[in-house]
Amino acid sequence: MSDIVIDTHNISRVYNPTTIPIYAIRNVHLHIKRGEFTALVGPSGSGKTTLLNLIGGLDKPDEGQIFINGTDITTLSPGKLIDFRLHNIGFVFQSFNLIPVLTARENAEFIMLLQGKSKAERGTRMKQLFNQIDLEDKMDSRPGELSGGQQQRVAVARALASKPQFVLADEPTANLDSKSASNLLDIMDKLNREENITFLFSTHDQRVIDRARRVITLVDGQVATDTNVIDTSAPH
Amino acid sequence: MWLLGLAWKNMWRNKTRTAITMAAIFFAVILSVLTSSLKDGIFDNLIKNVVSFYTGYVQVHKAGYWDEQVLDNGMKYDKSLDSRILAVSQVTGVSPRLETFGLIATDINTKGCMVVGIDPDREDKVTGLKSKVTKGTCIVPGDKKVMLSEGLALRMKAGIGDTVYLIGQGYHGATSAGKFEVKGLVRFGSPELNNQLLYLSLEDARELYSAEDLATSAVISLSNPGNPGLTADALKQQLGNEYEIMSWEAMLPDVKQHIETDSNSMKYIQGILYMLVSFGIFGTLLMMMVERKYELGMLVAIGMKKSRLCALMAIESVLTVLGGCALGILASIPVVYYFNQKPLRLGGEIASIYERFGFEAVFPTSISPDNFISQGIIVMVIGLILSMYPVYKVLTIDPVTSMKR
Ligand SMILES: Nc1ncnc2c1ncn2[C@@H]1O[C@H](COP(=O)(O)OP(=O)(O)OP(=O)(O)O)[C@@H](O)[C@H]1O
Ligand SMILES: [Mg+2]
Repeated sequence: MSDIVIDTHNISRVYNPTTIPIYAIRNVHLHIKRGEFTALVGPSGSGKTTLLNLIGGLDKPDEGQIFINGTDITTLSPGKLIDFRLHNIGFVFQSFNLIPVLTARENAEFIMLLQGKSKAERGTRMKQLFNQIDLEDKMDSRPGELSGGQQQRVAVARALASKPQFVLADEPTANLDSKSASNLLDIMDKLNREENITFLFSTHDQRVIDRARRVITLVDGQVATDTNVIDTSAPH
Repeated sequence: MWLLGLAWKNMWRNKTRTAITMAAIFFAVILSVLTSSLKDGIFDNLIKNVVSFYTGYVQVHKAGYWDEQVLDNGMKYDKSLDSRILAVSQVTGVSPRLETFGLIATDINTKGCMVVGIDPDREDKVTGLKSKVTKGTCIVPGDKKVMLSEGLALRMKAGIGDTVYLIGQGYHGATSAGKFEVKGLVRFGSPELNNQLLYLSLEDARELYSAEDLATSAVISLSNPGNPGLTADALKQQLGNEYEIMSWEAMLPDVKQHIETDSNSMKYIQGILYMLVSFGIFGTLLMMMVERKYELGMLVAIGMKKSRLCALMAIESVLTVLGGCALGILASIPVVYYFNQKPLRLGGEIASIYERFGFEAVFPTSISPDNFISQGIIVMVIGLILSMYPVYKVLTIDPVTSMKR
């Protein structure tokens, strides 16, 4: 298997094709390699959410193909696609990621229950993940008892619980204060460096953009710039 | 299973909503059990009244008697016919009667009346005669005494111990006349009966009308009063075409129709009730789906199969519906029992309609378990059908649109 986990082939997504067509995404070619830490930026309405939904298999392109680790997800049936997401893609949404009636641990574990993982396996994984997100003492708290930043960290733990190919995060820090945002980025950054987890996240926040090692800018649904940031802090 | 646990937790996430749904189901069960028990109670009560009334559940006559009710159309009623009737399994008692129209006279006036010859003990067993005696005592076979209905006594200005004369036409045209002492008074709810009826013993009646062994009808009591048609059929088999067997429904078509009208209007009330409940339950389900739209979309997004999500929604609804039904059935038991002990009593115009038929307008609820079970099941089925709504919504959910805010 190649090192490219996300490979979009000339994808387009058009809304209202019959009336006034809106090209939310237009001819986007994109390769993302394993271990990248990429920010998707661009003005409001530029198509960031649309692109993430397409890559995440939540939406289908009107043109083009999307390969995830070699599988063309545009050809999968809706049922297969749900299963594909479960096993291959981790999601962190802007907010309300968690089920309010479950504890932090149960929320993160949920995805492993869906995968049918054993209790022992879940136990070890949860311990490890809550250690990594630095919330071991909050495992049994309900989402309502956690701060917004803590909730997003639990969402990251859930996204990783399934051992996905990569994690997609649509404005994960949008509802957080700057301290919580930088804290969440610290954790994502650490997971990326230490576990080689691939992250693709959209953001408006310059401080978050500054943490990325690759920045893709969308304008009007097209890739305007794609920059690899010279990483001075990298350990190797 | 963890899905069950999650469903249980979800049920209590919005306690008010679950409580509203459960309460809607709960009250629906109570009210529909109550209306249904009341309907059955009214029915039972009316039928019971029909029996103690006069007609009995089923009557045996010689074929053709009902259309022309004269002594000459009477039947020979002997031990053999008696035991053939009693041999039918649902028959618990039979009372032979000799009924005819005659004139009653005192020294001061004369009126037409309905003369009924009976065996007092057997008539008591079948139609509760002795409980209708309001003054004096009940006649005994061969005592040459009569009992008058209260209205007749009033019209005749006759009381206990007075002498009355009975004049009429006997069997095969013989003239008949006799002198009797008034031994007791009886009361009927129905004015028609209360103003005309006169009882004497069957022996005395046969002698008066020169009708040895004759009876015009045999009134039958049943072990299964709910289904007189069945017994009528069994009797028809047993006795053959020589006799006509009639159930009270055939003899009193207006009462039957009245019962049917009543039970139909109860059905309308129940129908409206079911509709109200449906709207109530549906409203809460609608509210729930709006509230949880984002979350359900997110669950599909992160990889929860729709079949599993459907199962989750179904378990939640089923638990809510079953809970409401179970609580409703439990709570309706004391309510129905209360109205059985302290029956509803109607007044005014409705009461007078009932009294015209000779019934008290009192309606105890039926405590038959059928009502609890059938109404519980009906409401449960309604609830379960409505529970399909969230399941359907989940099937059609699209994560992108449902997570859009
Ligand atoms: N369901 C839809 N129907 C029609 N147009 C849509 C729909 N969803 C998105 N669009 C349009 O597609 C374009 C891209 O939207 P998108 O949400 O991807 O932008 P975005 O970059 O995520 O913006 P933001 O930064 O505000 O989140 C916009 O012009 C938007 O109006
Ligand atoms: Mg967006």
